[in-house]
Amino acid sequence: MREEIIVRVGAKILTPFIIMFALYVHFHGDYSPGGGFQAGVILTAAFALLALVYGLAAVQRVLPPWFTRLCAALGVVIYGGVGVVTMMLGHNYLGYNALAQDPKYGQHYGILLVELGVLVTVFGVMASVFYLFAGRGRRES
Amino acid sequence: MSIVVDIVLVTLLAVAGIALLRIRNLFAVVMLAGIYSLLSAGLFTVMDAVDVAFTEAAVGAGISTVLFLGALALAGHHENRPGHTPLLPLIVVSVTGLALVYGTIDMPGFGGADNPVHHHVADHYLKESPNEIDIPNVVTAVLASYRGYDTWGEVTVVFAAAVGVMLLLMGGRRSRAAAGDNGRVGGDGQAGGAGDR
Repeated sequence: MREEIIVRVGAKILTPFIIMFALYVHFHGDYSPGGGFQAGVILTAAFALLALVYGLAAVQRVLPPWFTRLCAALGVVIYGGVGVVTMMLGHNYLGYNALAQDPKYGQHYGILLVELGVLVTVFGVMASVFYLFAGRGRRES
Repeated sequence: MSIVVDIVLVTLLAVAGIALLRIRNLFAVVMLAGIYSLLSAGLFTVMDAVDVAFTEAAVGAGISTVLFLGALALAGHHENRPGHTPLLPLIVVSVTGLALVYGTIDMPGFGGADNPVHHHVADHYLKESPNEIDIPNVVTAVLASYRGYDTWGEVTVVFAAAVGVMLLLMGGRRSRAAAGDNGRVGGDGQAGGAGDR
Protein backbone atom coordinates (compact mmCIF):
# COMPACT_ATOMS: atom_id res chain seq x y z
CA MET A 1 0.00 0.00 0.00
CA ARG A 2 3.03 2.25 0.12
CA GLU A 3 2.64 3.49 -3.45
CA GLU A 4 -1.09 4.19 -3.56
CA ILE A 5 -1.32 7.98 -3.55
CA ILE A 6 -5.04 8.09 -2.76
CA VAL A 7 -4.62 5.81 0.24
CA ARG A 8 -1.60 7.73 1.47
CA VAL A 9 -3.23 11.15 1.20
CA GLY A 10 -6.54 9.84 2.52
CA ALA A 11 -4.92 8.33 5.59
CA LYS A 12 -3.03 11.54 6.24
CA ILE A 13 -6.19 13.63 6.03
CA LEU A 14 -8.24 11.26 8.19
CA THR A 15 -5.75 10.88 11.01
CA PRO A 16 -6.26 14.25 12.75
CA PHE A 17 -10.02 13.82 12.57
CA ILE A 18 -9.83 10.36 14.11
CA ILE A 19 -7.67 11.67 16.95
CA MET A 20 -10.05 14.60 17.41
CA PHE A 21 -12.99 12.21 17.50
CA ALA A 22 -11.25 10.10 20.13
CA LEU A 23 -10.82 13.17 22.32
CA TYR A 24 -14.44 14.15 21.69
CA VAL A 25 -15.60 10.69 22.73
CA HIS A 26 -13.59 11.00 25.92
CA PHE A 27 -14.50 14.52 26.96
CA HIS A 28 -18.11 14.11 25.87
CA GLY A 29 -18.48 10.78 27.63
CA ASP A 30 -20.55 12.47 30.34
CA TYR A 31 -23.21 13.47 27.85
CA SER A 32 -23.20 10.91 25.07
CA PRO A 33 -22.23 7.28 24.56
CA GLY A 34 -18.57 6.59 24.94
CA GLY A 35 -15.85 7.22 27.45
CA GLY A 36 -12.23 6.52 28.10
CA PHE A 37 -12.23 2.95 26.83
CA GLN A 38 -13.75 3.71 23.44
CA ALA A 39 -11.63 6.83 23.10
CA GLY A 40 -8.46 4.83 23.73
CA VAL A 41 -9.39 2.30 21.10
CA ILE A 42 -10.21 5.00 18.54
CA LEU A 43 -6.94 6.77 19.29
CA THR A 44 -5.09 3.53 18.63
CA ALA A 45 -7.02 3.10 15.40
CA ALA A 46 -5.61 6.40 14.13
CA PHE A 47 -2.04 5.16 14.56
CA ALA A 48 -2.88 1.67 13.28
CA LEU A 49 -4.22 3.28 10.10
CA LEU A 50 -0.98 5.22 9.66
CA ALA A 51 1.06 2.09 10.32
CA LEU A 52 -0.88 0.13 7.71
CA VAL A 53 -0.33 2.78 5.06
CA TYR A 54 3.10 4.23 5.86
CA GLY A 55 4.71 1.27 7.52
CA LEU A 56 5.49 0.52 11.13
CA ALA A 57 8.85 2.29 11.23
CA ALA A 58 7.36 5.65 10.20
CA VAL A 59 4.74 5.49 12.97
CA GLN A 60 7.20 4.34 15.58
CA ARG A 61 9.25 7.46 14.95
CA VAL A 62 6.24 9.50 16.09
CA LEU A 63 4.98 7.10 18.74
CA PRO A 64 7.86 4.98 20.00
CA PRO A 65 7.06 1.62 21.62
CA TRP A 66 8.57 2.65 24.94
CA PHE A 67 6.05 5.49 25.06
CA THR A 68 3.04 3.22 24.51
CA ARG A 69 4.31 0.88 27.21
CA LEU A 70 4.73 3.86 29.51
CA CYS A 71 1.15 4.93 28.73
CA ALA A 72 -0.19 1.50 29.64
CA ALA A 73 1.26 1.84 33.13
CA LEU A 74 0.63 5.58 33.44
CA GLY A 75 -3.13 5.21 33.02
CA VAL A 76 -3.30 2.76 35.92
CA VAL A 77 -1.32 5.26 38.00
CA ILE A 78 -3.69 8.10 37.07
CA TYR A 79 -6.75 6.05 38.00
CA GLY A 80 -5.27 4.80 41.23
CA GLY A 81 -3.82 8.23 41.96
CA VAL A 82 -7.28 9.80 41.94
CA GLY A 83 -8.28 7.26 44.58
CA VAL A 84 -5.24 7.99 46.70
CA VAL A 85 -5.80 11.75 46.47
CA THR A 86 -9.41 11.43 47.57
CA MET A 87 -8.24 9.30 50.51
CA MET A 88 -5.69 11.95 51.46
CA LEU A 89 -8.49 14.51 51.41
CA GLY A 90 -10.29 12.45 54.00
CA HIS A 91 -12.86 10.64 51.87
CA ASN A 92 -13.16 7.05 50.67
CA TYR A 93 -10.96 5.61 47.97
CA LEU A 94 -12.34 7.04 44.69
CA GLY A 95 -14.78 9.22 46.64
CA TYR A 96 -14.88 11.99 44.07
CA ASN A 97 -16.91 14.34 46.26
CA ALA A 98 -13.61 15.31 47.88
CA LEU A 99 -12.26 16.86 44.70
CA ALA A 100 -14.28 20.08 44.79
CA GLN A 101 -16.37 22.21 47.13
CA ASP A 102 -19.57 21.20 45.37
CA PRO A 103 -19.92 17.40 45.28
CA LYS A 104 -21.35 17.56 41.75
CA TYR A 105 -18.24 19.28 40.45
CA GLY A 106 -16.16 16.80 42.38
CA GLN A 107 -17.96 13.96 40.63
CA HIS A 108 -17.39 15.63 37.26
CA TYR A 109 -13.67 16.07 37.82
CA GLY A 110 -13.31 12.61 39.29
CA ILE A 111 -15.09 10.88 36.42
CA LEU A 112 -13.14 12.84 33.83
CA LEU A 113 -9.80 12.06 35.49
CA VAL A 114 -10.61 8.41 35.99
CA GLU A 115 -11.74 8.09 32.40
CA LEU A 116 -8.50 9.77 31.36
CA GLY A 117 -6.69 6.99 33.17
CA VAL A 118 -8.76 4.42 31.30
CA LEU A 119 -8.03 6.19 28.00
CA VAL A 120 -4.28 6.29 28.57
CA THR A 121 -4.10 2.66 29.66
CA VAL A 122 -6.29 1.33 26.87
CA PHE A 123 -4.41 3.39 24.29
CA GLY A 124 -1.06 2.22 25.60
CA VAL A 125 -2.12 -1.41 25.80
CA MET A 126 -3.76 -1.54 22.38
CA ALA A 127 -0.91 0.28 20.67
CA SER A 128 1.73 -1.89 22.37
CA VAL A 129 -0.08 -5.09 21.39
CA PHE A 130 -0.51 -3.79 17.86
CA TYR A 131 3.21 -2.99 17.61
CA LEU A 132 4.09 -6.45 18.88
CA PHE A 133 1.83 -8.17 16.37
CA ALA A 134 2.72 -5.97 13.43
CA GLY A 135 6.45 -5.89 14.15
CA ARG A 136 6.87 -9.60 14.65
CA GLY A 137 8.78 -11.70 12.17
CA ARG A 138 9.13 -8.81 9.78
CA ARG A 139 12.29 -7.47 8.31
CA GLU A 140 12.86 -3.79 9.08
CA SER A 141 10.70 -1.93 6.60
CA MET B 1 -40.35 -1.32 12.71
CA SER B 2 -37.66 -2.38 15.13
CA ILE B 3 -38.78 -5.99 14.87
CA VAL B 4 -38.04 -5.87 11.11
CA VAL B 5 -34.58 -4.48 11.81
CA ASP B 6 -34.09 -7.19 14.43
CA ILE B 7 -35.02 -9.96 12.02
CA VAL B 8 -32.81 -8.57 9.25
CA LEU B 9 -29.85 -8.17 11.59
CA VAL B 10 -30.19 -11.62 13.16
CA THR B 11 -30.57 -13.22 9.73
CA LEU B 12 -27.44 -11.46 8.51
CA LEU B 13 -25.66 -12.53 11.70
CA ALA B 14 -26.58 -16.14 11.03
CA VAL B 15 -25.45 -15.86 7.42
CA ALA B 16 -22.15 -14.32 8.48
CA GLY B 17 -21.67 -17.01 11.13
CA ILE B 18 -22.26 -19.88 8.72
CA ALA B 19 -20.05 -18.27 6.09
CA LEU B 20 -17.33 -17.85 8.74
CA LEU B 21 -17.45 -21.58 9.37
CA ARG B 22 -17.31 -22.64 5.75
CA ILE B 23 -14.79 -20.27 4.20
CA ARG B 24 -11.18 -21.46 4.22
CA ASN B 25 -9.58 -18.23 3.04
CA LEU B 26 -8.54 -16.55 6.26
CA PHE B 27 -8.55 -13.05 4.79
CA ALA B 28 -12.24 -13.44 4.03
CA VAL B 29 -12.77 -14.90 7.50
CA VAL B 30 -11.17 -11.85 9.15
CA MET B 31 -13.32 -9.48 7.10
CA LEU B 32 -16.45 -11.49 7.89
CA ALA B 33 -15.59 -11.44 11.58
CA GLY B 34 -15.43 -7.65 11.34
CA ILE B 35 -18.81 -7.61 9.61
CA TYR B 36 -20.17 -9.91 12.31
CA SER B 37 -19.03 -7.45 14.97
CA LEU B 38 -20.56 -4.55 13.11
CA LEU B 39 -23.89 -6.40 12.83
CA SER B 40 -23.77 -7.15 16.56
CA ALA B 41 -23.14 -3.47 17.16
CA GLY B 42 -26.25 -2.72 15.12
CA LEU B 43 -28.22 -5.18 17.21
CA PHE B 44 -26.98 -3.56 20.44
CA THR B 45 -28.05 -0.19 19.09
CA VAL B 46 -31.55 -1.49 18.43
CA MET B 47 -31.61 -2.72 22.02
CA ASP B 48 -30.66 0.80 23.22
CA ALA B 49 -27.27 -0.32 24.53
CA VAL B 50 -25.43 2.40 22.66
CA ASP B 51 -22.31 2.33 24.80
CA VAL B 52 -21.92 -1.40 24.27
CA ALA B 53 -22.53 -0.99 20.55
CA PHE B 54 -19.87 1.70 20.40
CA THR B 55 -17.34 -0.55 22.11
CA GLU B 56 -18.23 -3.51 19.93
CA ALA B 57 -17.80 -1.45 16.76
CA ALA B 58 -14.49 0.04 17.89
CA VAL B 59 -12.92 -3.09 19.35
CA GLY B 60 -14.59 -5.92 17.44
CA ALA B 61 -14.77 -4.40 14.00
CA GLY B 62 -11.80 -2.06 14.33
CA ILE B 63 -8.80 -3.05 16.37
CA SER B 64 -9.25 -6.82 16.43
CA THR B 65 -9.56 -6.89 12.63
CA VAL B 66 -6.23 -5.08 12.41
CA LEU B 67 -4.66 -7.47 14.93
CA PHE B 68 -6.01 -10.48 13.03
CA LEU B 69 -4.52 -9.08 9.82
CA GLY B 70 -1.20 -8.71 11.61
CA ALA B 71 -1.42 -12.32 12.72
CA LEU B 72 -2.33 -13.42 9.18
CA ALA B 73 0.78 -11.79 7.82
CA LEU B 74 2.71 -14.25 9.99
CA ALA B 75 0.57 -17.35 9.71
CA GLY B 76 -0.46 -17.50 6.07
CA HIS B 77 -3.85 -17.04 4.45
CA HIS B 78 -5.19 -20.55 4.05
CA GLU B 79 -6.77 -22.76 6.66
CA ASN B 80 -6.19 -26.48 6.20
CA ARG B 81 -9.12 -28.83 6.35
CA PRO B 82 -9.29 -30.50 9.76
CA GLY B 83 -8.24 -34.13 9.76
CA HIS B 84 -11.17 -35.35 11.85
CA THR B 85 -14.87 -35.38 11.08
CA PRO B 86 -16.79 -32.46 12.56
CA LEU B 87 -19.47 -34.80 13.98
CA LEU B 88 -18.35 -34.93 17.62
CA PRO B 89 -17.74 -31.17 17.92
CA LEU B 90 -21.13 -30.59 16.32
CA ILE B 91 -22.85 -32.81 18.90
CA VAL B 92 -21.02 -31.12 21.79
CA VAL B 93 -21.88 -27.66 20.52
CA SER B 94 -25.52 -28.59 19.89
CA VAL B 95 -25.98 -30.11 23.34
CA THR B 96 -24.33 -27.12 25.02
CA GLY B 97 -26.44 -24.72 22.98
CA LEU B 98 -29.66 -26.56 23.84
CA ALA B 99 -28.69 -26.58 27.52
CA LEU B 100 -28.12 -22.82 27.40
CA VAL B 101 -31.44 -22.24 25.65
CA TYR B 102 -33.14 -24.48 28.23
CA GLY B 103 -31.51 -22.36 30.93
CA THR B 104 -33.04 -19.18 29.55
CA ILE B 105 -36.58 -20.59 29.84
CA ASP B 106 -36.60 -19.83 33.56
CA MET B 107 -35.45 -16.27 33.03
CA PRO B 108 -37.93 -13.40 33.11
CA GLY B 109 -39.11 -12.07 29.76
CA PHE B 110 -36.70 -9.92 27.79
CA GLY B 111 -36.99 -6.22 28.52
CA GLY B 112 -39.81 -6.57 31.04
CA ALA B 113 -40.10 -3.47 33.23
CA ASP B 114 -40.60 -5.45 36.45
CA ASN B 115 -37.67 -7.82 36.00
CA PRO B 116 -35.61 -8.21 39.17
CA VAL B 117 -32.50 -6.90 37.45
CA HIS B 118 -34.17 -3.54 36.96
CA HIS B 119 -35.11 -3.15 40.61
CA HIS B 120 -32.01 -3.98 42.55
CA VAL B 121 -29.90 -0.84 42.40
CA ALA B 122 -30.96 0.39 38.97
CA ASP B 123 -33.84 2.39 40.42
CA HIS B 124 -31.47 4.26 42.65
CA TYR B 125 -29.04 4.92 39.78
CA LEU B 126 -31.76 6.24 37.50
CA LYS B 127 -33.57 8.35 40.09
CA GLU B 128 -30.67 9.69 42.11
CA SER B 129 -27.83 10.10 39.62
CA PRO B 130 -29.09 13.58 38.55
CA ASN B 131 -28.82 14.70 42.19
CA GLU B 132 -25.72 12.80 43.21
CA ILE B 133 -23.59 12.94 40.08
CA ASP B 134 -25.41 15.26 37.70
CA ILE B 135 -24.23 13.91 34.39
CA PRO B 136 -26.76 12.92 31.73
CA ASN B 137 -25.12 9.66 30.65
CA VAL B 138 -26.10 7.26 33.41
CA VAL B 139 -23.87 4.56 31.94
CA THR B 140 -20.81 6.73 32.53
CA ALA B 141 -22.08 7.62 36.00
CA VAL B 142 -22.44 3.95 36.91
CA LEU B 143 -19.15 2.90 35.33
CA ALA B 144 -16.91 5.61 36.66
CA SER B 145 -18.54 6.62 39.91
CA TYR B 146 -21.02 4.15 41.42
CA ARG B 147 -18.95 1.23 40.21
CA GLY B 148 -15.61 2.98 40.24
CA TYR B 149 -13.93 0.04 41.97
CA ASP B 150 -15.08 -2.35 39.24
CA THR B 151 -13.71 -0.12 36.52
CA TRP B 152 -10.48 0.23 38.47
CA GLY B 153 -10.28 -3.56 38.47
CA GLU B 154 -10.96 -3.66 34.74
CA VAL B 155 -8.17 -1.19 34.01
CA THR B 156 -5.69 -3.25 36.00
CA VAL B 157 -6.90 -6.40 34.22
CA VAL B 158 -6.32 -4.75 30.84
CA PHE B 159 -2.88 -3.70 32.00
CA ALA B 160 -2.08 -7.18 33.33
CA ALA B 161 -3.22 -8.77 30.07
CA ALA B 162 -0.93 -6.44 28.15
CA VAL B 163 1.98 -7.37 30.40
CA GLY B 164 1.24 -11.03 29.67
CA VAL B 165 1.16 -10.45 25.91
CA MET B 166 4.40 -8.47 26.10
CA LEU B 167 6.13 -11.20 28.08
CA LEU B 168 5.06 -13.78 25.51
CA LEU B 169 5.82 -11.84 22.36
CA MET B 170 8.85 -9.79 23.36
CA GLY B 171 10.83 -12.57 25.00
CA GLY B 172 11.59 -14.35 21.73
CA ARG B 173 12.97 -11.30 20.06
CA ARG B 174 15.30 -10.50 22.91
CA SER B 175 16.69 -14.03 23.21
CA ARG B 176 17.26 -14.07 19.47
CA ALA B 177 19.14 -10.79 19.72
CA ALA B 178 21.09 -12.14 22.67
CA ALA B 179 21.98 -15.26 20.71
CA GLY B 180 23.49 -12.84 18.20
CA ASP B 181 22.13 -14.47 15.06
CA ASN B 182 23.59 -12.85 12.00
CA GLY B 183 21.17 -10.41 10.40
CA ARG B 184 17.41 -10.33 10.75
CA VAL B 185 16.88 -12.79 7.89
CA GLY B 186 15.83 -15.53 10.26
CA GLY B 187 12.79 -13.49 11.20
CA ASP B 188 10.54 -14.93 8.50
CA GLY B 189 10.81 -18.54 9.41
CA GLN B 190 10.69 -17.86 13.10
CA ALA B 191 6.91 -17.82 13.49
CA GLY B 192 6.84 -21.51 14.28
CA GLY B 193 10.27 -21.84 15.78
CA ALA B 194 9.91 -18.98 18.21
CA GLY B 195 8.57 -21.36 20.83
CA ASP B 196 12.07 -22.39 21.86
CA ARG B 197 12.61 -19.53 24.24
